[in-house]
Amino acid sequence: MIYLDNAATTRPCDKAVKAASDAARDTFANASSLHKMGINSEKLINNAKQVILKRLGCEGELLFTSGATESNNLALFGAAEAYKRRGNTIISTAAEHPSVARALDRLEKLGYNVIRLAPKDAPDNFEEYILDSITPDTILVSCMTVNNEIGYITDTPKLYRMIKRKHPDVIFHTDAVQGFCRIPAAGDLISVSAHKVHGFKGIGALYAARGVRFAPMIYGGGQQKNLRSGTEPVELIAAFSAAVEAYPTDNSHYDMLNKLLRDRLSALSGVKINSPRDRGISGILSFSVQGVRSEIMLHFLEEEEIYVSSGSACSKGKVSSVPDAFGISAKDADSTIRVSFSHENTVEDIDKLVNRLEQGIKRFRR
Amino acid sequence: MIYMIMKEVIMAKYGEIALKGLNKSTFEDILVKNIKRRLKPLGEFEYTRRQSTIYIEPVKEFDLDPAVKRLCTVFGIGAVQRCAVYEKDMDVIKAKCPEYLRDTLEAASTFKVEAKRSDKSFPLKTPDIQAELGDALSDAFPHLKVDVHDPQVTVFCEIRDKGAYVSAGRIAGAGGIPVGSSGKALLLLSGGIDSPVAAYMMAKRGLIVDGIHFQSPPYTSERALMKVQTLCEKLTAYCGDIKLYCVPFTEIQEALRDNCPEEYFTVIMRRLMMKIANRTAESCGYGALITGESMGQVASQTLRAIQCTDAAAKFPVFRPVIGMDKKEITDIARKIDTFETSVLPYEDCCTVFTPKHPKTRPVLSEIEKAESAFDFEPLINEAVENITVYRYKVGE
Repeated sequence: MIYLDNAATTRPCDKAVKAASDAARDTFANASSLHKMGINSEKLINNAKQVILKRLGCEGELLFTSGATESNNLALFGAAEAYKRRGNTIISTAAEHPSVARALDRLEKLGYNVIRLAPKDAPDNFEEYILDSITPDTILVSCMTVNNEIGYITDTPKLYRMIKRKHPDVIFHTDAVQGFCRIPAAGDLISVSAHKVHGFKGIGALYAARGVRFAPMIYGGGQQKNLRSGTEPVELIAAFSAAVEAYPTDNSHYDMLNKLLRDRLSALSGVKINSPRDRGISGILSFSVQGVRSEIMLHFLEEEEIYVSSGSACSKGKVSSVPDAFGISAKDADSTIRVSFSHENTVEDIDKLVNRLEQGIKRFRR
Repeated sequence: MIYMIMKEVIMAKYGEIALKGLNKSTFEDILVKNIKRRLKPLGEFEYTRRQSTIYIEPVKEFDLDPAVKRLCTVFGIGAVQRCAVYEKDMDVIKAKCPEYLRDTLEAASTFKVEAKRSDKSFPLKTPDIQAELGDALSDAFPHLKVDVHDPQVTVFCEIRDKGAYVSAGRIAGAGGIPVGSSGKALLLLSGGIDSPVAAYMMAKRGLIVDGIHFQSPPYTSERALMKVQTLCEKLTAYCGDIKLYCVPFTEIQEALRDNCPEEYFTVIMRRLMMKIANRTAESCGYGALITGESMGQVASQTLRAIQCTDAAAKFPVFRPVIGMDKKEITDIARKIDTFETSVLPYEDCCTVFTPKHPKTRPVLSEIEKAESAFDFEPLINEAVENITVYRYKVGE
C-alpha cells in the first residue's frame, strides 16, 4: 500500500496509539471530578495543551474541540457574535476549506458583509492585498495558512503582524490545519486538527490569544472555561499531544520528495503542476494530467494500491470553487490529482506512482 | 366484572387476488409464504385464512407496529387492519373498545360504526350492534359526531366465530399480486432513480426481480457498486430476496470506444448490455428483462434508440416507467426509500464515454454495421464468465 493522501488524513502514529490506550486504561477519569483521579486527567490535559501551544509557538488559551470543522465554526461564529458592535464586515479568501467557506455563507445570510479575496488576483503579495482590503467596518479576517487542495502558503505571521500594526482591533483567524507542525502560523484565533498530524480523528483545537473574546456555540457543563462544554476526551487529547511531540521538526524529507516528484512529473507530457513552486508547502503537490479525468486516474492508481486524492473535482456538477481562486481552468481542475506526503513515504513510492501515472496516461488520454 | 384479556391481531385483506377464480389458492399460498418470510424475524405468529383475509396472531403479546409496517410492503395485500379481539358479549365490547380506540378517536371529530355479523348466533343484529357501539363511543368521547356519509374514522366491528374483532380504520396495503406468482425477471440496474422504481413496479405484478449491474473500474468506483448494493437491500422490502449479478464491463467499453463511431456509443453499449443480460437470463431461467427506461428522457431512450436496443434482446423487455415523467418516478422512488441512495453522485458505467452528440435517431441497420466492426463475442463470453453474484435477503 502506498498512501499518498496525507492531506486527507494520516495514519495515527504508534506513540499516539499507545498514549491513547494508556490514558484509556490509567487516566480515564472525568477531568471535572473532584477526586485525585479527576485531577490526574486534568493534569494530562493541561500538559497536552502546553505541548500543542509550544508547537504553535503561541501563548494563550487552547480549547479542545471535536476537530477543525468545529474549531473554524467556533472561531468565526464566536468572534462575529462577540465583536458585532464594532462592525459588520468579514474578510476572507475564496480558497478556504468548506468548514470556513460554508460558515461564512451562513454568516452572510445572517447579515454580515463577507468579502472573499482570490489569491489569483495577487499571487505574489496576497498578504498585502488582504491588508489593503480591510475597511473601518471590518471586525474579522480569516485566511487559511496552507490551502488544502494545492498547498499554497499564506505567510500568516507576516499578515498577522501587519494587521495588528495597522488595525489593532481587527481579529485575525487562520485555519492552520494543513500547515500545523510544518510551518509557522500566527493569529488571534488558530484552528488545528489532530488527524492531519498522525493523531486521531474526532479531536482538534482552537487557539485563542489572550484577551480575544468569542461566544460559545455549545452549552452544557461549563468545561474549558465555559467556552466549549462537554467532557474532555482524555484519550484523544493524550494521543494528540503524543502525535505532536513525535512529529518531525525537519521538513527536508518532504522537500526532497516534493522536488523528486516535480522533476519526474515535468518529464511527462501534458502534466501541469498546479502547486506554486515558491509558496507551496512541500507536503502537498497538486497537478493536472491533461486529458484524463481525475476520478479515472485515481481508481486506476488504486488498482495498484496507490492512494491519492482527486483534489477538487467532483462529478455531477459539484465542482469546488477553489481551483478558480488560483486561476486553474475548469478543464485542468477536472483532471487534478493531489499527492500529499507523510514522513513514511519513500523515493520508491514516488517511482511507483510516476510509473503508474505513465501507464494511465497511455491508456486513458484522449 | 372480569373481562377476557384482550388480544390484538392483524388482518391482512387480499387485494386483487380476492377476484381470482379457481386458481385463487395458488396465489394465496404464495402470499402466505411471503408474509411468513417477512414477519419471521419479528417473532412467532399464527396464521389463519378466512374469507379473503389472513388473520395474523402473535403467539406472545408484543408491539405489532413493526409487523404492520412490514405487511404494508407485501404485494398482494390490499389493506392491513389491526384489531382487538374480545369475547362475543356486547357489554364487554362496549366497555373495552373506547380504551383501545382512544388515540384514534380523540384525534377525530366525526365517526361511524360499521358492523358485520358472520356468526348468526350472536343475539344482536347488525344495525343493533352499530347503534349500541356507536352510542357507547359517543358517550365515551362526547366531542365526536356521527357522520355516516363521510366520517373521519370508521370503526369496524365484526362478530366472527372466534370472537368479536374491533378496529378503527384500515391502512392501505401495497396492492398488486404476490411476488413469485408471475415468474422471474432480470432488471438492468444502473444505480439511478428509474431502475429501482421499475423493480418495484414489476414486483408488484408478481415477478421475482433480480438485478444485473455493469461495472467499469477504474472508470467507475467501488462506491458505485456499494450504491447499487444498498439499492438492492432497500428493494428487498418490496421484492423479497434479490440476487445481483455484477458484470465486469471495462474491456467491452474500451473496445467500444476504440472501434465504434462516437455518436453510436450509447446505443451500442445498451445493446451489448442486453446481449449479456440475454445470456444470464437464458442460463439462470429468467423469463423477461426489465429496464427503467422512460420515453424521451435521454438520447438512448428515444423511440428509435429503444427499437435498436430491443432488437438485441431475446426476451420480452418490460419498461414499466416508459410512460411516466420524472416527477412521477421520483415520487415512487421517495415512497420506496430509494431516492436518497439513487442520487448519490457516483459515476456509473452509463456515463463513461458519453458522446458529446449522441445519435438520437439511430437506424438499426447502421448500428448493426457499426457494431460488426469489432467482434465483441469473445469479450462478452469473458464478461459473462466473470460475473459475481451477490445475494440480499429480506429483513437483513
